[in-house]
Amino acid sequence: MNDVPNYKPPVPSSSGGAVKYLKNIFHAIRSLLVGMRRTGYYFTHHKEIITQQYPDNRETLKLPERFKGEVVMLHDENNEHACTGCTACELACPNATIKIVTKFDITPEGKKKKALDKFVYHLELCTMCNLCIIACPTDAIKMAQTFEHSVFDRSKLTKILNNPGSKIREGIE
Amino acid sequence: MLAFIKLNFLISYSLFLISYSMWSLSNITNNIQNWLNQSFNPTWALVLEMVIAGIAVISLFAMLGLILVIMERKVSAWMQIRLGPNRVGPKGLLQSFADTLKLLVKEGLTPGGADKFLFNLAPVIALVVAMLLMAPIAFAKDFQLWNLNIGVLYVSAVSSIMVISILMAGWASNNKYSLMGAMRSGAQIVSYELSAGLSVLTIVVLAGSLNISDIIYSQADGWWIFKGHLPVIISFVIFIIAVTAETNRAPFDLAEAESELTAGFHTEYSGMKFALFFLAEYVNVFIVCAIGATLFLGGWMPFHIGNWQGFNHVMDFIPSSIWFFGKTFFLIFVIMWFRWTFPRLRIDQLLNLEWKYLLPISMFNLLLATVIAIAGWHF
Repeated sequence: MNDVPNYKPPVPSSSGGAVKYLKNIFHAIRSLLVGMRRTGYYFTHHKEIITQQYPDNRETLKLPERFKGEVVMLHDENNEHACTGCTACELACPNATIKIVTKFDITPEGKKKKALDKFVYHLELCTMCNLCIIACPTDAIKMAQTFEHSVFDRSKLTKILNNPGSKIREGIE
Repeated sequence: MLAFIKLNFLISYSLFLISYSMWSLSNITNNIQNWLNQSFNPTWALVLEMVIAGIAVISLFAMLGLILVIMERKVSAWMQIRLGPNRVGPKGLLQSFADTLKLLVKEGLTPGGADKFLFNLAPVIALVVAMLLMAPIAFAKDFQLWNLNIGVLYVSAVSSIMVISILMAGWASNNKYSLMGAMRSGAQIVSYELSAGLSVLTIVVLAGSLNISDIIYSQADGWWIFKGHLPVIISFVIFIIAVTAETNRAPFDLAEAESELTAGFHTEYSGMKFALFFLAEYVNVFIVCAIGATLFLGGWMPFHIGNWQGFNHVMDFIPSSIWFFGKTFFLIFVIMWFRWTFPRLRIDQLLNLEWKYLLPISMFNLLLATVIAIAGWHF
């Protein structure tokens, strides 16, 4: 529907009195017709309908690209993640949804190094604001598009995002 | 409700049958009248005719309520790129039956501080006014409840009683939102009646009669909107705007403005009492569109083009009731189109539109139409 001219509001003119009055009427009618043309187009073109009949089309559901369902941590095939435990996400979170528990690993050189122990995520507090994802310096977490989160017990919404036994990928600082 | 009793009837048969009946409706009503007059004495025949007419009007109301509600919901959905009700019955067409059933079993609450008598009276008055307005409308050829000689005047007079039921509801609810809604509605209806009346007068001047069937017969050679040049087109536009305002529909729905006044004058109403207001709104929309179709689009007159005999015969073959309901529902669709396109006006914009634009234009327009009628310039 690119052929509808964009309506431009009337430019204020110096002409007063009767001319202005008639111009007002003309512009009013024109802008009303532009609106009616748009709704009339939608009324006759049902292919534009954006409603998704959710439980029926569960298999073929198409979610918008930016739809955000929950925070997940990415793990590769070696069960390794990219989280350094820097707590940038925890600090960025506006309502204390994320709690990072850290531990100290011993590096091959025998030094102590801070590492992630548990990434605790309270889904029940999350507003899907995406600030943690933006804050993460190593892109360890992302927003998944799953949204069927209902459970019978509230405690099930508190999740630990790093897989058991996972460790940080080589070369991530 | 029984103001019909004094009326001189052309009898009616159940209007439910209108669109399905292949015979002319006036034949059916004449047959019923003859049969009643043969079987009973004249008084009882008249009483029975009135009972039949009353039942017919009530069943028309019920049908209109059911059809217009589902129509509005579908139209609004499609205009807003939604699907609308599609679960109850085939394609969701039984949705309004389900809604009616829900309203029937709901509790009709009367608030503690309300004036109980007025509170319960208001929805009844709203519906009675709508029923009274049905009387002079010609639904098909020679098919009219009451063919009175001042039909147009009667309609514009009775339709203004509507505001009393709204004011009554607003006042009796003992609720500031209701009262504000009712007061807005009062200001609105009083203002817009002027331009509605003046645009109706344009047709009265051209047709030279206040009788609705005379006005329809004056359009046998062409509807007024085609015959009357620019003045009739202008007055048709003004009529549509004014009746949209008079029936309190968006963009003039600031009497119920749900974002500001919860629901305006019917905030405190529930169950069947609310349903009566709801029904009255839709019936009023039907009535004003029927009047508009009668005055400007020729009522039940078929569409004819000049001397194209073949085309005109085909048009004559379509029953007159279908012509009438087709035109009426077209106008109803236009008013729904307005509702789902335009945003609500503020009260100052509303009064500006009426007093600075519609009223002067319609006065000037009436003058123009009078000149045309006197000089005989219309076709």
